[in-house]
Amino acid sequence: MVDTAKVDEILRRHNSKRENIIAILLDCQEHYDYLPREVLEEVSSNIGVSVTSVLSIATFFRTFSLKPIGRFPIRVCNGTACNIKGSNQLVEALERDLNIKKGQTTPNLQFGLDTVNCVGCCGLAPVITVGEDVHGKAKISSTRKIIKRYRAMEKKHAESVH
Amino acid sequence: MPRVSIEDLKKIRGNGKPGVSSKKFRAKVLVCAGTGCISGNSYKTAKALETEIEKQGLAQQVQVVKTGCQGFCAEGPIVIVQPDGIFYRGVGPKHAPKMIEEHLLNGKPVEKLMYTLPGQEHPIPLLKEIPFFAKQKLVVLRNRGAIDPEKIDDYIAADGYKALEKALTLMTPEQILSEIKKSGLRGRGGGGFPAGIKWESCRRAAQHRHVDPVLVCNADEGDPGAFMDRSIIESDPHAVLEGMIIGARAIGCKEGFVYIRHEYPVARERLSKAIEQARDYGLLGKNILDSGVDFDIEVVRGAGAFVCGESTALMASLEGNLGEPRAKYIHTVEYGYKNRPTNLNNVETWANVPVIINNGSKWFASMGTGEVTENPWEGSSGTKVFSLVGKVHNTGLIEVPMGITLREIVFNIGGGIPDGHQFKAVQTGGPSGGCLPESLLDMPVDFDSLTEAGSMMGSGGMIVMDDQTCMVEVARYFISFLTEESCGKCVPCREGLTSSLEILDRITQGKGSEEDLELLEEIAEVMRDCCFCALGTSASNPVLSTIRYFKKEYEAHIKDHQCPAGVCRELIEYDIDPEKCDGCHACVPACSVHAITGEVKELHTLDKTECIKCGACIEVCKRQAILKCPRSFAA
Repeated sequence: MVDTAKVDEILRRHNSKRENIIAILLDCQEHYDYLPREVLEEVSSNIGVSVTSVLSIATFFRTFSLKPIGRFPIRVCNGTACNIKGSNQLVEALERDLNIKKGQTTPNLQFGLDTVNCVGCCGLAPVITVGEDVHGKAKISSTRKIIKRYRAMEKKHAESVH
Repeated sequence: MPRVSIEDLKKIRGNGKPGVSSKKFRAKVLVCAGTGCISGNSYKTAKALETEIEKQGLAQQVQVVKTGCQGFCAEGPIVIVQPDGIFYRGVGPKHAPKMIEEHLLNGKPVEKLMYTLPGQEHPIPLLKEIPFFAKQKLVVLRNRGAIDPEKIDDYIAADGYKALEKALTLMTPEQILSEIKKSGLRGRGGGGFPAGIKWESCRRAAQHRHVDPVLVCNADEGDPGAFMDRSIIESDPHAVLEGMIIGARAIGCKEGFVYIRHEYPVARERLSKAIEQARDYGLLGKNILDSGVDFDIEVVRGAGAFVCGESTALMASLEGNLGEPRAKYIHTVEYGYKNRPTNLNNVETWANVPVIINNGSKWFASMGTGEVTENPWEGSSGTKVFSLVGKVHNTGLIEVPMGITLREIVFNIGGGIPDGHQFKAVQTGGPSGGCLPESLLDMPVDFDSLTEAGSMMGSGGMIVMDDQTCMVEVARYFISFLTEESCGKCVPCREGLTSSLEILDRITQGKGSEEDLELLEEIAEVMRDCCFCALGTSASNPVLSTIRYFKKEYEAHIKDHQCPAGVCRELIEYDIDPEKCDGCHACVPACSVHAITGEVKELHTLDKTECIKCGACIEVCKRQAILKCPRSFAA
């Protein structure tokens, strides 16, 4: 079960207003990392629109995801500059490294892999983002290093907690 | 800081912040904190420089300023030392001690960190002498790299909010409208509609209907390969706000929105900060500068839909609905957001407004092409910001006067094509634009010339392509992008794109037929005539322009089953050039499918049946010994 207490707080912040639905869903996405069914239902009943309408918004915009995007969502930029500098090859390399396909998340929910239309760092193409970190001038050989770095970061974090 | 008066603004401009000692520094170290340089750790560089300045006892004399995007992203992280005007590239934290000691203590700039032209020996110390910067004309980006975008006083000290003062105290709304009209300013978001005419229509509609008009700033920069708006907001957010407040005064708006992409966290944060600061100073809110004008701005996040860059789709999404466009026989200046008269302009357009008010329409119209004072449609005045990216030496953000040639942009500013490759095309206008060939390099860059050539100005993406870029694949890429981004509301767009993509997929796989080209052109025509919004009507530009200028490449794919650029994977295979391979063995561990074998210092061999053509070996081979050969279809 998903704890929807946070949804109520987000709804209050946006006055449960119908016109703020995109902002509400963006905040929910940020908090839960994705939009679980329970969240969509909670939003629907509070702002007084059908779940179908909420779902149509949640599936129209690319930022929203209906399944977990992973603790480190990896996004390969597929803007024009990145594309002509080989972003497809980076996606494939990451698919091989992580053993998942584009649009999927690793079973332990550590990494998610997808493309993004353009992050506006075209001067550094090709670009990979992980969360809000930007990795410019990426190479096929750098994908493994990037994954390794975040694995190590998480491990270190876990150790410091214990 | 409470509300400021016009007098206070003058004080800030004259002698530093009132109440705070106006400390003079003998030098400023400007560290680029645009998204690009941040990714290269420029924050750490700034921190290291600050620590070092402190350590070497220069804290009273030298100031570190974190600025917005300096434009030369390829060379980041960038540091500029003023007033000397020295440009440093690739500056990491480890360079800080040497830089501070040699340059700021001993007055001897560090050559090692300076920019050197490709193939040259001696570096160019001065920013203004580096070709990338020398040919540019900064109007919109006037403050780039010069001020701290997070400090309103920095903006004010750089003559910020001076135009607002003028617009509020010395000009009537009609005078502002007339000035913008005479300047010939045309919308920088893509369409090129004259801003003054739009403002006037919106004002008139609002007065006629007795409904409060709304102002919108479109910062939903969706064109792939473009980052003008992001950089403008990151480097000078107050310029956009000032433009909007002046627009609000001219049109009579009390309420404004900035619709900004979710993918731009840094820009969004700086913009929100700027709005708060402007509110604190009373430059937004009630009774701005005691003029009786009320206006406030709200930031709204987009959620990643390309079609929301279209004005009616954007407004639908502002209302909390699906971002689907509607037919525009009723203009948004009359019935837009919540059916109120709505004036939408893009970030760059707004950032132009304060300069026009400060320097006058004549000055603005003197830049660019055509005679626009009487009729803005007669030319393209002012400058344009472009993101110059792709297969070009100097990638980054540039601002040039309208009418400059593509050749000057690509070869003088951009420094030409790297790695000894040949120029093939430059793509402008995003997915709605087209690819222009070498024969058009001397064409002036302005709204009308680009449209005539089958492309468009668009928001300013300029992607350079070389002989290793396949034009059929480029067309396929854009159509695939649009297929995903089409909202699906109207049939010609939804079905036209899907069918075009199927055909282009076929051609890139070597399975196309000669009739396919005709079919593509026919679909393009139908879409141009029948689609609902500009996404659909212009969607065929990438296909049509590539067929128009690069038909031979299509024919090579269709008739000879070959991809001359060596991109389309189904049509090539990898092999090792025995002349070049020196057996360095680097490719062997790089190959994830173990298709390459060989002993160190001996010729390696590649098993074509195992090879997945992933490119990993090409990347690591220093001798360019991996070849992409046309695939043999025999047997």
